[in-house]
Formats: sequence, structure tokens, C-alpha cells
Amino acid sequence: METTRKPYEQTYYPPVPTKFTRHMRTNLLWQLFRFLVINVKMLRMVRKH
Amino acid sequence: MSRLLILGAGIAGHTAAMHARRKLRRPHEVMVVSPNSRWNWIPSNIWVGTGVMTPDQVTFPLAPVYRRLGIPFIQARAVNIHPEGNPEEPRPHVVVEHTGGERAGQTERIYYDYLVNATGPKLNFDATPGLGPGGHSLSVCTWGHAAETAEVLKENIARMKKGEQRTFLIGTGHGLCTCQGAAFEYLFNVEFELRRQKVRDKARIIWISNEQELGDFGMGGMLIRRGGYITHSRVFTESLFTERRIRWITGAHIREVAPGQVRYETLEGEQKEQSFDFAMLLPPFAGVGLKAYDREGSDITDTLFAPNGFMKVDADYSTKPYEEWSPDDWPRTYQCPSYTNIFAVGIAFAPPHAISKPLFSPAGTPIFPTAPRTGMPSGVMARQVALNIADMIHGRAEGAVRTASMAHMGAACIASAGNGTLKGTAVSMTMYPIIPDFRKYPDTGRSLRYTTGEIGLAGHWVKHALHHAFIYKAKAKPFWRIVPE
Repeated sequence: METTRKPYEQTYYPPVPTKFTRHMRTNLLWQLFRFLVINVKMLRMVRKH
Repeated sequence: MSRLLILGAGIAGHTAAMHARRKLRRPHEVMVVSPNSRWNWIPSNIWVGTGVMTPDQVTFPLAPVYRRLGIPFIQARAVNIHPEGNPEEPRPHVVVEHTGGERAGQTERIYYDYLVNATGPKLNFDATPGLGPGGHSLSVCTWGHAAETAEVLKENIARMKKGEQRTFLIGTGHGLCTCQGAAFEYLFNVEFELRRQKVRDKARIIWISNEQELGDFGMGGMLIRRGGYITHSRVFTESLFTERRIRWITGAHIREVAPGQVRYETLEGEQKEQSFDFAMLLPPFAGVGLKAYDREGSDITDTLFAPNGFMKVDADYSTKPYEEWSPDDWPRTYQCPSYTNIFAVGIAFAPPHAISKPLFSPAGTPIFPTAPRTGMPSGVMARQVALNIADMIHGRAEGAVRTASMAHMGAACIASAGNGTLKGTAVSMTMYPIIPDFRKYPDTGRSLRYTTGEIGLAGHWVKHALHHAFIYKAKAKPFWRIVPE
């Protein structure tokens, strides 16, 4: 597997998430809250039809 | 008594049939013709393609559902439309060829008073030599293709467990493909599965796409508010690819898929090659090839259908440059201008143009995503068309009143990036409107309030919930109406 971000290659430039950001993506409490938020956002889309 | 005939029983056709049957008083009839005997929740095919779901979990037989709803169902494919009838059958009718049971191969005329074309696409693997399961690449477009792909993936994982290095190539198999989102989901689910199987270090994963840049998805990309900036979806997509250590090739038109190798042309005009051990490449879409004839038998296919085989509706099909594209170009009622009792919904209607900017290589090869028509807008337009037809049949309206323009419609999209109750993730996106409106939103094309995106476990839960909710709804179980399109 390519494991490093080499200078001037395509994967050198994009932002990458920090350890904390990655942790929050699967943190149960935070994701339960996001689950509610995403559902509200989707219902808002449905109501706009 | 009037008969509404619906061609196709996918997301759009099935939605139209259920709403029409709900609204139309008997003895008015709703009839469905589809070549497939099973309904397929296509968004979950990516999980069949990685082996985490079986085909039975994403499909169910249509006949019992239609029997319960009182909808005659014919397993057949539509061949010809005769919107004016002909000497043998003076009423408007469709000629179909049976695809199942004892009558397989036989043709039949089915008359209609109103017709909804929801035939979906033809998977046009022939557009690229060697593309598709009949050639040298794989697909997840149907549950059958996805199941075959899962077997090949399993073989590759077994070889990696023995220490072999493998190259995975996933993306679009032609310069005019659409549905990049499905390939994107499959890409990230394969990467997730390889990590789960502890063979990720043996895999080189490469994305190849006709998008000019990552994050376009056939929608021209989208701008969202994030971290104090208004940022393009390209930044987030490149970030995700970098994080998962996936290389990408964009602006690519695959000319040929040979055994273990693709040959492609880039937007810069270069001719390149890429080798692979496993390739899942989506085909471009075309219309299913329906023909149309007038009363005298003259071919009027060009009147009803665009050159790509999709049906012309109330869109503005005049040729104009990207700078002159307008949200008003997009259809509102999906009514056929030449025969007002014919409608086309879902992928079957001809979009007026792409959403992404058309780009061409120096040799003139078009390399850009064509317009996607995903499940949510397909369901909404199908419902509106069904309600309009019911009103017209009951005499409550003289024409199609309800509208469902993609220029005035939002969409929610959940793109899986890995399947797991506690470790899975998905990208959750909402956008409004689907078709960018640079008059209303001059800098962004879309509302920043309603256009959002994030990745996390919650998105995976939502995708799983939608899988069960939509299959429940499609089975027309009690209170199915409360599940929105």
C-alpha cells in the first residue's frame, strides 16, 4: 500500500482529517446527534417538493 | 373506463403505479408492463457487489404485490408504441414481447388511454469495446451483475491473502457516463472491505472517471459552507481519496477494455493505458430502443424520442451553449408534446442537456458526465405524473397541473463509504435545487442553506434505514404512504 503523501503528487495537496475529526465520524454520541440532524435536513428537502 | 399503462417497474414506474392505483377510482385500470419479475432497490446493489448483502435482500417478486393492489402485471418488454393506433387496433397501444412464463417470446398489443414511459435505461456496454460482464470488466448496475462482481472480489481477496498484489480499477467506462455516485460508493465499499479483510496493504486502488475533477458527480459539483469557508465538493472528495489512499484519474474516456488493461483518452488529448486485475466500470446509459409508428405505419420514433433513445417531454431541447443554459430548460410535467396522453419519468425522459459543463478533448471526444436522474427526483416526478393523470381521468383537470421540475426540487443523497453498524460511514448530501440556478444564486448556483454535506457513521445508519424503508414502501405494506419519495 502507498503509505506516504509524496511532495508534488496528487495526494499531497488535499486537506486530510485530523485524528480527532476521524474519531468524531464514528463517535456514537456525536453520530446519534448527527443522525437526527441529517434526518431533519432530508425532511426539509422532502417538504420543498 | 380508462386504462393507464405503465412501462417499467423500477423506482419511477412502481411509484407511479402505486400512486395511480391509490388515486384512480375503479373501474379505471392501472396496468404495469416490465421485463423484470423482481423489484430491485438499486442503491443497495453496491453492498451485493461487495458480498455483504445477497440479491434476495435487495429484491422481491413484483407479481404478489401487484395482485394485492389490483394492478394487472405483464412480464414483458415494450417494443413499439402506436400512439394513434393502426388498422388492426384503432386505439393507442403498445406492442410488447413477453419475457417470462409460458408466453416468453410471444408478442401482444396492449391498448392504453394514458401511457407512462418509465422504462429506465439500456445499460449501453456496447459503447466501449470490451466493457461489461460480457467483456473484460464488471458491473453493479443490476443485482445479477453485482452478485457476479462479489464472487470475483472474493477470489481477489483470497489471492491477496496468499500474498499477491492486486490492482483495482473502479469508475466509469465511457466519456459520457452518468451515475458516478454509484461507482464512488462501490469504490469506497471495496476499500472498506479490503481493510476489514486485512488485505488493504496488498491492494492498489485507482478511480477512473469522465468527471473533469473529483466531486463533480454529474451535478457540476456543489459548493457548501464548511469550517468558515464556502468550499467546493472537489476539496472534500480529494480529501477522502487521499485519506483512503486511492489514486484518481479524471477527465478520462475509456476507448477500450482489453483483458487486464484499459486504453483511454484524456481531456488533454493524451492516449494512455492502465492495467488492472479487477475492474468495475459503469456503462453509459441510452434509451431502451422503443420504436414509434403513426396510424399509417410510418416511423415516428424521431418525433417521440431524442437521438439517445430517451423520450422527449416538455423540456427545451434547442441547442445552446453552456452559458445560455437555464433552469427553465428542464421539464415540469413530463408530458410528451406531440401526444399529451404520454408521459416519461425517471431515467426514461430525455434531459434537455447535461448539468456539468460539456468538455471535449482536442480530438473532439466528448468527456463529461451526462445528467443523473437519481431515485428521489424520479420518485417525485412519478408521483406527480400519476396524480395528474388521475385528475385528468376523473375530469378534475384538463391538463397536467402538478409540476416536478428538477430546477425547483431538492435532493438528498447518501453515498456509502463502508458498511458496518459501528464502523461504517457514508457521505450525506442535500442540495437545492438539483439544477443550479445562477440567476437566483449568482455565486454558488444553489442555496447554501439547503446544500450540505458531511461524512460519518450517522450517514451509514440513514442509508440502512432508507434501504428498509423503501423496500417496505415498495411492497405496499400498511401505511406505505408515510415514506416519502
